[in-house]
Amino acid sequence: MKPSLSIDDYHAWPDERGRFGPYGGMFVAETLMAPLAELRDAYLHLREDAAFMAELDRDLAHYVGRPSPLYLAERLSREVGGARIVFKREDLNHTGAHKINNTVGQALLARHMGKPRVIAETGAGQHGVATATVAARLGLKCVVYMGATDIERQKINVYRMKLLGAEVVPVTSGSKTLKDALNEALRDWVTNVDDTFYIIGTVAGPHPYPMMVRDFNAVVGREARAQVLEQFGRLPDAITACVGGGSNAMGIFHAFLNDREVRLVGAEAAGEGLASGHHAASLAAGRPGVLHGNRTYVLCDDDGQITETHSISAGLDYPGVGPEHAFLKDSGRAQYLGVDDDEAMEAFHRLCLTEGILPALESSHAVAQAIKLAQALPRDGLVLCNLSGRGDKDVHTIAAREGIEL
Amino acid sequence: MNDTSQNRLDRRFAALKSAGRTGLIPFVTAGDPAPELTVPVMHALVAAGADVIELGMPFSDPMADGPVIQHASERALAHGVTVQRVLQWVRAFRDTDADTPVVLMGYLNPVEIMGEKDFAHAAAQAGVDGVLLVDCPVEEDETVAPLRAAGLKRILLTAPTTAQERLDRACELAEGFLYYVSFAGVTGAGRLAVDTMADRVAGIRRRSQAPVAVGFGVRDAGSARAIAAFADAVVIGSALVERLDGAGDATEAAARVQSFLAPIRAALER
Repeated sequence: MKPSLSIDDYHAWPDERGRFGPYGGMFVAETLMAPLAELRDAYLHLREDAAFMAELDRDLAHYVGRPSPLYLAERLSREVGGARIVFKREDLNHTGAHKINNTVGQALLARHMGKPRVIAETGAGQHGVATATVAARLGLKCVVYMGATDIERQKINVYRMKLLGAEVVPVTSGSKTLKDALNEALRDWVTNVDDTFYIIGTVAGPHPYPMMVRDFNAVVGREARAQVLEQFGRLPDAITACVGGGSNAMGIFHAFLNDREVRLVGAEAAGEGLASGHHAASLAAGRPGVLHGNRTYVLCDDDGQITETHSISAGLDYPGVGPEHAFLKDSGRAQYLGVDDDEAMEAFHRLCLTEGILPALESSHAVAQAIKLAQALPRDGLVLCNLSGRGDKDVHTIAAREGIEL
Repeated sequence: MNDTSQNRLDRRFAALKSAGRTGLIPFVTAGDPAPELTVPVMHALVAAGADVIELGMPFSDPMADGPVIQHASERALAHGVTVQRVLQWVRAFRDTDADTPVVLMGYLNPVEIMGEKDFAHAAAQAGVDGVLLVDCPVEEDETVAPLRAAGLKRILLTAPTTAQERLDRACELAEGFLYYVSFAGVTGAGRLAVDTMADRVAGIRRRSQAPVAVGFGVRDAGSARAIAAFADAVVIGSALVERLDGAGDATEAAARVQSFLAPIRAALER
């Protein structure tokens, strides 16, 4: 497909209006424009503040456990029979996923802005847990909105959040999943703008969130780029990551955006198959629209109503996607391909058995994509895969799917 | 003569001003409580003293709305309401009412998916006078340029949190009327602080190109009258939608509209 955008410097985006080409922006209710401007100004200021950035780096090193390792999966690579596959081990972070990189940053920002209360939306519960974690550490009041359906699917994470002192509010409107939790969190913020900081968990939402969440996760790609150069003396041929809202993918892609020779591939949840209609592949099968404050690819019907999504992994079950991904797709810099539930499950088992690593179901989509990429490359090729989270939270889901009672 | 003088909204607000009256702008969600009731309810609103009708286009993700309008949207969508059907109802309403301005209120995605140009053309053809898109602030004005081009008024919102510079821009771009959101919150919440609002609205009225209507949280005759002291019009939505919920037929719906709006209308006349 011919790219519809031509870009010189990918690191120059977004523009001052929060646009990534035609995507992004600030499509929100009037009441939120002021707090978003306040947040943007505070973030742009603190981003240049050496003391703030030093504090963030200390937390990333000593609380999150960074840098995360870059691991060459030799047995998996050999078994797959293609290029070498290396994993960026975000699953080894505190709380078990990349999500904490962002919540640590936003919580520090909340404290600097003098906001005593933080709110968050969550789907699978990973972002909720990561938010409750940093809120506990900084002594901030924490309220997490979660779809009633997801609460049922992710009981362990709900309990984890409660143990960490957060209040979990079930959302019963709409489809009772992540998108509705995001709506409800926005409603809370609109009502409590004075004392509340909204910690969005992905690179979506209105400006400055897509930029800010990307920046906080970009440490993943910066580390990986240095590590891969040090260990292999070269850049990878291809990088892959799973894409729901797209925060872990933006995190690992960003440092490589101007390395045009490195192929970037996002793995979207194809659910029961793109043709079935039961999937969450906004980029591969959606169209440009406006959702949750930004213009991006969305899954909706011909009347513009957002449609329900399906994926075996709750964390990818989202009908929109970060606007920078929409931009990378249209410019041809990144490709977005569907990985279905069965392929993700197969990759999950394969990684467990060959490497002794139990990946999150979300990340299993990326593993499946990494295997496909490796098989198409020669043995001296190199595929970098973001292993964004660990699968302990998914054990019950997997057992249930395979008809095993625990 | 310019084209804007021909718009029903401008004519209506000019008439209200010369009569020294405060406008009443009721909101209902199209297709709720039932699709066949929308046109009869619109006529009932006029009979009960509505000066402008605000008709909600249901959306799956109404992030600025409270539970009452969320549920009304869900019911309407469950009844298969689409943008096209909403426009058909406006056209049907126009068959027998050529004067009452109709403003569509909704979210951007359904408009964007239909295409701004096609939507603007179809809405103008159907007899729509203005469009309020909740998630399209002044910064994104270029997105909705086709609305203005089709002769539709772009109804803008301002809020207590709106910064001065943006307020100036809104006052400058305002047309039809400027909708002042009375408090920071979602539709239907009850935190009205009339005292602090009066000064703010008075300031906006002095600078705005268009009349100022106040909404969010107006529930009854008392709150409507308090606001009428300083606003050009009062918008009343959630409380009315709540009242209409469960109305079985057009007669019952009309009776509920009448009993709900009559005391509010009367309060505005004082």
